[in-house]
Formats: sequence, C-alpha cells, structure tokens
Amino acid sequence: MTACFAGLAGTILLGASLSYGQAPMNTCLDCHSVLPEPFGVTSDKFSHDIHEQKGLTCASCHGGDPTSSDPTVAMSPKKGWKGHIDHKQVPALCASCHANPVYMKTFNPSLRTDQFSEYHTSVHGQKFATGDTKVAVCTDCHSVHDLRAPSDPLSTVNPVNVAKTCSKCHADPDYMKPYGIPTDQYAKYNTSVHHDAMVKRGDLSAPTCTTCHGNHGAVPPGVDKVQNVCANCHVFQAQMYQKSTHSKVFAEKGLPGCVVCHTNHGIQMPSDAMLSTGPAGVCMRCHTRGDVCDRARENILNNLTTLDHNIKEADEALKLAEASGMEVSAATLNQAAATDAITKARVTIHTYDPALVNADIQVGMKIAAANLKAGQDAMVEREHRRIGLGVCLIAICFMLVGLWLYIKQIER
Amino acid sequence: MIAALIHWLDERLHLEGLLAPFKHKTVPQHKMSYWYFFGGITLFLFMVQVLTGILLLLYYHPGANEAFESVQYIVTQVQFGWLIRSIHSWSANLMIFTAFAHMFSVLFLKAYRKPRELTWVTGVLLLFLVMGFGFSGYLLPWNTLAFFATTVGTQMAGQVPFIGHAMMIFLRGGPEVTGATLTRFFGFHVAVLPGIVTVLIGVHLFFVQRQGMSVPPKVEAEWKKDPSLVKEMKFFPNFALRELMAWYVGMGMLGGLAAMFPWNLGVKVDPFASAPAGIKPEWYFLFMYQALKLIPSKVLIFDGEVLGIVGCGIAATVWLLLPFFDTEKPSRRSHVITGLSVFALVFMIGMTIYGYLAN
Repeated sequence: MTACFAGLAGTILLGASLSYGQAPMNTCLDCHSVLPEPFGVTSDKFSHDIHEQKGLTCASCHGGDPTSSDPTVAMSPKKGWKGHIDHKQVPALCASCHANPVYMKTFNPSLRTDQFSEYHTSVHGQKFATGDTKVAVCTDCHSVHDLRAPSDPLSTVNPVNVAKTCSKCHADPDYMKPYGIPTDQYAKYNTSVHHDAMVKRGDLSAPTCTTCHGNHGAVPPGVDKVQNVCANCHVFQAQMYQKSTHSKVFAEKGLPGCVVCHTNHGIQMPSDAMLSTGPAGVCMRCHTRGDVCDRARENILNNLTTLDHNIKEADEALKLAEASGMEVSAATLNQAAATDAITKARVTIHTYDPALVNADIQVGMKIAAANLKAGQDAMVEREHRRIGLGVCLIAICFMLVGLWLYIKQIER
Repeated sequence: MIAALIHWLDERLHLEGLLAPFKHKTVPQHKMSYWYFFGGITLFLFMVQVLTGILLLLYYHPGANEAFESVQYIVTQVQFGWLIRSIHSWSANLMIFTAFAHMFSVLFLKAYRKPRELTWVTGVLLLFLVMGFGFSGYLLPWNTLAFFATTVGTQMAGQVPFIGHAMMIFLRGGPEVTGATLTRFFGFHVAVLPGIVTVLIGVHLFFVQRQGMSVPPKVEAEWKKDPSLVKEMKFFPNFALRELMAWYVGMGMLGGLAAMFPWNLGVKVDPFASAPAGIKPEWYFLFMYQALKLIPSKVLIFDGEVLGIVGCGIAATVWLLLPFFDTEKPSRRSHVITGLSVFALVFMIGMTIYGYLAN
C-alpha cells in the first residue's frame, strides 16, 4: 500500500515537473486560429500578447474551459463562458484584474492599478458613463489579442506610436463630427518640433499626445493650465514667463499662455523671426507698431541678430584659420560658450525684459569678439610666418649661391 | 684665431693624426654620384630630429592626461613652438623617405657587395630603428589617429607566432593601449632608440670611412680596364661643401613645409570611442598594412594574418642578410636579386598608393 501511494505520488510529481514551464492548454486557438474574422485569432497573433506571455489564456477574459477540445464544454456558460465581449463591457472587464493591486502584484509590483479610476475622470470616461459607445475604451488604444507592452516598439501605446493611435479617431472628421472639435491635431503634430524629436532623433521622452493630455485620464489642459504642462520640460521658460507681465495679462484675458505664441499641436522650432514684424512674427498680433513694447521687441531682435551674426563671423574666421593650418582649437571650443549665451538670451525673452535679454547677449558678444580676434590673429600670425619663411629662404639661397661660387673657385 | 684654436687643441689631442684620413679621403665621380648625398642628408635629418626633439622635450609631458595638452601648449603658447614641432614631424617623414632612398640606391648600385656587407647590415638595422622611431613618436601627441594606429600596429605585432602575444603586451605595457603605452613609447623614443641608433650610426660611419665609397660594378669594371677614366673628388672640402649645399636645401624644404603645411594637432583621443572609419597607418607602414589586408583570412590551414606577418619577418631577414645571398661578381643570381629588388620597390610604391586610394 505504501509502495502504491509512493508510486502514485511519484507519478503526480513527475507529471507536474514535466508540465512545469509549459504554456497552459488553450484549445480555443485550435478552432479560432482558422476561423475567419471576426472570430479568427491566430496563434502567431496571440503569441505577441503580453497576457499570453504571462500565462493567461482566452478563458481569462472570455471565460469557458480552455482545456477541453469539445466546443460544447469549452464554450459552456456553466464553465463561465462569456462569448464576445461588448465594447461597453471592456473597461470593467480589464479593471477586474488591472484595478486589483493584489492580483497585479503577482505579475509586476511596479505596475499602476489606478487606470480604471483615472479613466472615469477623462473625457472618454465621462462620455462613456453617459452611454456614448463611440469613445475610446481600453482595447481601442491598447489593441486586443496582440496587446504588447508599451515598451515594445510595435505596441500601439509605445511613445512613437501614440499619436497614430489617437489619430484613428481624432483625425477622422466623420467620426469626430458629433463632438465639434478639430481633427487636424495629428497632421499638425507631424509637422512639429516635438514629432521630429521623437521620430527623427529617436528621443522617446519627447512629447506626444499623452504627455500633455494624459493617457487614462486624458483631458485637454485648461486654458489657465497650459503653461503648467509646458513647464514640465521647459522649466526656465515657464519660470520666466510666470514672473512676466504677459502671464498676468494672458490670465486676465483668458488666453492660453504658451499656446498664444507657440501654438499647441503644430509647434515649430522657434526662431528670431518670431520677434519680427513679418509673417512669422507673433508680437504684432497684439501690440501696435511704435508702442513701448514694439520698441522693446525691436531692441531685442536687433541685438540677437547682431550676436548671431558675430558668432557666424567668428566661426568663419576660425574655420579659415584652421584650414590654413593654424592651431585655433581653443577658440573653436570656446564658440560653444557663445552659442550657449545666445541660447540663454533666447530663453530670457520669456521675461519680456530687454535689459535682462541684453545682459545675456553682451556675454555672448564678448565671447564671440574674443574668438573672432583669435581667428584674425591666427591669420596675421600665418602671414608673419610666411614672411619669415621668405626671408629664411632668401638667406638660404644666398648661402647656396655663395657655396657654389666658393666650390667653383677652389676647383678652378 | 681659428687656426690658433686648432693648434691649441692639436697640441693636446694630436688632431693631425685623427683628421689625416679625412684629408686624403676621396669620393668617386660618375653618373650615379649624386646618390652618395642621400646618406648624408639622412644623417642631417637625424641631427635635426635630435635637436628639435630636445627642444620639444623641454615642454612635453608624457602622460595620458597631459600629453595632448602639452603639445597644444607647445604649438600655441611657446615661442616658435609651432615651428619646432612641425619641423620635427616633417623631418621624421623626410628622414624615413631619404633612408629608404639611400637604402634602395645602395641596393641597385650593389654597394653592399664585398667588403661592405656589414655596412649594409648596420644600415638595414638603422632603417628598421628609424621606422621604430616613427612608430613610437607617432603616439606621443595622444590624438585619435595616433591612438588607433598604435592599437592596430601593436595588434599586428601580436600575430607573430609563439612570441607575438608577449611582444604585444611588452609593447603596450598591458593588454590594451593606455597611458602606460604612452610612457613606454616615450621611453623608447627619447632614450632607448636614440642610444642604440647613435651607436649604430657611429659604427656605420666608421665602416664607410674605413672602406671608402663603393663604385657601381659596371663603372668599376670600366675603371679597371682603363685607369685614366678614374675620376675622384676630395671628400673635404669639395664633397663636404656639396653635401652642405644639400643640407641647406633640406633645411629650406623643412622650413617651407613647416610654415606652409603645419603639422595637424588632431583631436585628443577618447579611448572608449570606436576607431574612426578608414583608419590607416602612416605612409611608411602602409604598404605592409595594405598587403596584409589583401591576404585572405584563411590560406590552406594557416591563418592569413599570421602568414602575412611571418612573411614580412622572413622578407625583413632576407633583406638584412642580402649581401650574403648575392655574389661579388655579376652573375645570374645577382641579376635575379636585382629583378627582385625592382619588384620590391614597385610593390612598396604600388601598395602605398593603393592603400591611400582604398582608404
């Protein structure tokens, strides 16, 4: 008897050890991998899903018995089979796990579990609560059956892909017609400096839709809160703007801070032309030509233009000196300080105080002037060297002629 | 006054006896006599290297944290530092060129034949040491090109069978090129190599003075047949004055190159960065480097690179002992050696040009 029990226990242990590490049975795919849409889910597709990778099966969401090959058993309501999950059932279904900290901790203790509660605060969630079935639910953004982790470059919610995911609805004029909001955000974002940083330079920390609007709790920032959003990255500009006259005036007039000059979705690389009176200029949208602000604008623009010109002039002089073989690496390196000064001056514009901007400009002017002098001095030195060489070569020629004549004399 | 000084020294050192051979020394005059100047020009350039090297030594700091900055200081802050540094760099390249020219002139004029075998041996050893000077000195500015060229060069030395790895560790002062390599190369460049080369030059010149200048076999045969055809000039002052003219021309060339094409300082090396694309050694190693690149990675059962390095070693040994393979009188073997010498020259020039075009 004891031997029987030992044998049985051993068999069970052997079976358990053999099955350890193997994926749980999921007979659903036996049929559903060959069925046409909308019932078809291939094994290959599901293999990319993070739920499958963590050991969950179709039954984890749809219910039923994934171990049975008999459809009547596998899809039996008695086994908890739910069938197709309706759009409006999705948030609650996902939240049944994702809002359960105890359960989620078994997979990844650092994962947040407040997405569902955040969703209720979002515009999507609020409209969903009124019965609107057009608004986004979890699967609209995260996909379904091939739901990848956000860090996966192919994930629909990877930073590189977020804007495209949002655009599925927000760039569709017909779809968004009932809501009366623009549908050009995606097109504008694709022309923006933030998009270039993300997509062209590969900077995944660059802003995308969710950076400013939030993800699960997505709302457009309020007019009076825009600068708070921008300030998360553009700290110095925001601090300066906060202390400036514009901040108070814009707040009083209900104008959206940074967006007034820089727009929102299609933010372009700022340039000194924004201070001009030309088409790219922003100041004249509010101010009058000739008023004190216009004069301040002109003063700042002139000084920036002069500094920019001086830096370029110094660059040219140093390049010429270097191409001529002169050693000007110290001055060339110092040009970075001049570039830093003009960058700082362009940040200080957000104080709208010419005196403060000019203080930074003067620092840059001094450095650029010193570097220009270094380049010019190098070229003067180059000329001196060539004159010196000429004198030495003439002396050597005289020596050669002298030696030749002496040789001729002694050999006569 | 000079005569009085010479007399004062002669009373004490018996200079008459020492200088007598030089007063009687003659230099053969024939169509190929101008090749005789190359040895002296190489010696002149070596003296320029010693002088400019000593001046550079007053300011150079041989450490990974200081070397580049000290060279930068020399070329920007020290009066005429730019000139001394550029002359030192250009003179190094010119010296290697004239050493090769001198070696090939001796080779084609068969000046290495009996009794001048040892002069050839010391000369080839001097050529190898001069290339060692170039290799060790190249690292001292501690810029990107120098660092990676040294990495590649010492890695090639590591391919020598059996002793290669130990040799590489010895050269580098460790498994990688680091500050330890720099200080080691500095020691080689300013102490070890100058000491050995000075002794070898002394020996080489002693042999030349003792045995006189060689005459090409054809000219020798003609002069033997008809002694009235023998033409010679006195070494001192006639040839010496002409040599002095050549030295002045060399001086002018060096000054011109230094002033018009100052040697580039480069960028301080970042040892953790990857090697720049198309990195290649200096021109005097390029023919070897390019030839090694052309060898397939596997030749029968042998590693291609190892085979190439061993081949270079064998070629260098044959080169060193060439006089002992040749015959004193013109013969078929002698003609074969001349043919191989032409091939060697064409190969070196061709591979150097190819190396520049390919990279």
